[in-house]
Amino acid sequence: IEDCLAKKMEITVSEAEKRTGRNAMNIQETYTAYLIETRAVESQSEGQCAPVDSLWRRYSEFELLRNYLSVTYPHIVVPPLPEKRADFVWHKLSADNMDPDFVERRRIGLENFLLRVASHPVLCQDKIFYAFLTQEGGWKEMVNETGFQLKADSRLKALNATFRVKNPDKRFTELKHYSDELQSVISHLLRVRARVADRLYGVYKVHGNYGRVFSEWSAIEKEMGDGLQSAGHHMDVYAASIDDILEEEEHYADQLKEYLFYAEALRAVCRKHELMQYDLEMAAQDLTSKKQQCEELATGTVRTFSLKGMTSKLFGQETPEQREAKIKVLEEQIQEGEEQLKSKNLEGRDFVKSAWADIERFKEQKNHDLKEALISYAVMQISMCKKGIQVWTNAKECFSKM
Amino acid sequence: PGPPLPAGGEGPDADPHLAAGALCTARGPLLAAAEVLALDDEEDDLEVFSKDKSVVEVNAFSPSVPISPSSMINEYKFEDGPELRDLFITVDDPESHITAIETFITYRVVTKTSRGEFDSSEYEVRRRYQDFLWLKSKLEEAHPTLIIPPLPEKFIMKGMVERFSDEFIETRRKALHKFLNRIADHPTLTFNEDFKIFLTAQAWELSSHKKQGPGLLSRMGQTVRAVASSVRGAVKNRPEMFTEMNNYMETFSQKINLLDKIAHRIYKEERDYFNEMKEYGPIHTLWSASEEDIADSLKGIASCIDRCCKATEKRMAGLSENLLPILHEYVLYSEILMGVLKRRDQIQGELDSKVDASANKKTEKDLFSEEIGKLEDKVERANNALKADWDRWKQNMQWDMRSTFTNVAENNLRYYEE
Repeated sequence: IEDCLAKKMEITVSEAEKRTGRNAMNIQETYTAYLIETRAVESQSEGQCAPVDSLWRRYSEFELLRNYLSVTYPHIVVPPLPEKRADFVWHKLSADNMDPDFVERRRIGLENFLLRVASHPVLCQDKIFYAFLTQEGGWKEMVNETGFQLKADSRLKALNATFRVKNPDKRFTELKHYSDELQSVISHLLRVRARVADRLYGVYKVHGNYGRVFSEWSAIEKEMGDGLQSAGHHMDVYAASIDDILEEEEHYADQLKEYLFYAEALRAVCRKHELMQYDLEMAAQDLTSKKQQCEELATGTVRTFSLKGMTSKLFGQETPEQREAKIKVLEEQIQEGEEQLKSKNLEGRDFVKSAWADIERFKEQKNHDLKEALISYAVMQISMCKKGIQVWTNAKECFSKM
Repeated sequence: PGPPLPAGGEGPDADPHLAAGALCTARGPLLAAAEVLALDDEEDDLEVFSKDKSVVEVNAFSPSVPISPSSMINEYKFEDGPELRDLFITVDDPESHITAIETFITYRVVTKTSRGEFDSSEYEVRRRYQDFLWLKSKLEEAHPTLIIPPLPEKFIMKGMVERFSDEFIETRRKALHKFLNRIADHPTLTFNEDFKIFLTAQAWELSSHKKQGPGLLSRMGQTVRAVASSVRGAVKNRPEMFTEMNNYMETFSQKINLLDKIAHRIYKEERDYFNEMKEYGPIHTLWSASEEDIADSLKGIASCIDRCCKATEKRMAGLSENLLPILHEYVLYSEILMGVLKRRDQIQGELDSKVDASANKKTEKDLFSEEIGKLEDKVERANNALKADWDRWKQNMQWDMRSTFTNVAENNLRYYEE
């Protein structure tokens, strides 16, 4: 982590701006552009500030970057992007992508994404990533030139397709179950939290009605008037306090959401392992059957039923020359196949090794981050209670003077 | 802050659509009117007692131990201090009675007293709601310009639901208990003969006593006269003081009704919050089962959320035991007070019409002057009684409001501290 980009360079997503432009199909559209600012860290000694470089990127370019990274580094748990559309919304939050609060939270999420990539020991060294941060023009072409789309395995996208893998690494199977559970439990939690926030909002806001009615009532009272009036003011303060409280809680929700999306990335790595293992097993199976065919041709015995064998029996044997030719072809294929199997095996083992290393790194990061998030949630609740105590202490004093 | 209330007294933005929409408006400094939850028109029709099951559950947590007379010393404000109180009443032990004709509930009324005019120092009788109605109407008859405390309403339902749920009976019992104690505290009403009979007579004695006296027709006559006099328009010679009282009561009535709605709305929101919170804690426990490192943190949060749930239940119970019944009682009081003011006006109206009549018939002046004299006395007595009772009522109201809202604040403090 000492060499990672995050240490050498300050990265921020500092602004968001609404833009209109024409898209690839020449249709007018509105989108948000985000300003990425970078500054070299080293030259900040002696009170000198290095110049800030900046460029604008939109969400779709972030998506392109991430797709590139996922395909190019399939053994890495690639950090997720913030959600494309607002989800887990409670009714005060807007589901509109153009809503300033949503845009602001997305800005923070995008910055977080870049920082995560920049602090990853492997990903931070990627040239395309560096260019994303520093090279405004021609970046898209640069990415496409890598040809990463060709490397992408379309089977990875078919999340529900099952592959009958005979000998997957058990750790990956367990990890896949874990990522499914994590995804399910976090999304359930976020849904309920949104409903709880909604209700809490209601409780606080209705108290605001007290403020107005107390104030009007105090106008007809002599001795009670002052107490009522000032109590009403505190009820207003109480009702207003929920806005900040819930805004802070949204940041907590965003922290959980990141790990909801991380679960996807985790599953992708497990999938990749499954697919590699599947391809390996298929290749081994294919090699075995070719070897068998070869043997049968060589010895003239048919151990397994084959349509070719039957037809040749029915329609006449082939000539020895023909047979020789076949055997030769098969022997070449077997040779190739054995080499391929060897390299696939090696590939598979390397993948398992490097993937598991990153998974261990991820687990530590996850445990640390989630623990911090839970602690900060508890701190938020404590602060909310303290505010409540303050308001109601004041209100009590006013009531007792009525 | 905020626009003035519409005169109809419906509360801010009575448009039901705004009830939901109000929450979506932009945030701003404290009092954008739309930011505060609107009170639905629907709540006008809200039946007196909620039939919601979860509300019954909450009440299951509040102790329904009958309050003994001796433990009641500090429960009510006494004008002359607790040491001078000599009449203690409790209402408890509701019992169902089924006859061929009807089903009804009776309540046990226990009286302990040191007063000489009572033959015994302790009485135990059973009374049904009808009996309380009878007592109230007798008191109104005898003291038309005194403020007779409110009775809980008859059960008015919007739809078909079981009558006499436990929660309904308990709420009514508490209100009946309050009713009798308010009468006992009243310097005049406490010595009323019908009150004494109510407290002491056995069932058959009470029935036979009820049959005596002016009865239904006379009461109806009074009501007719009251309506007639109000139709005649505002009383010309009403003293300034009573006009002020009328104005005060109009505003007070409006505000107390609003407060009643607000308090009920808060209760509902808290209940909804509680229901969501019940689901929130267990998710963390479920999650902890998949984790190792953070399992303890997650379980910790789950248990905290569960404790918050319990604290929320207590807060709700506090509302339903204290604030809601008091606000409701004063909603009823405001109707009673408007009625008392009308009756005073009507008594004055009798005098005024006699004076007018006498001005036109100079020949029967002597006859009139005696009648007028009596009526003038009547008006003076009524005015004085009302004035004194009004001052007393205001003092009690102030004390009750202070006490109940302070209690609300204390409940909230306890909630946040827990």
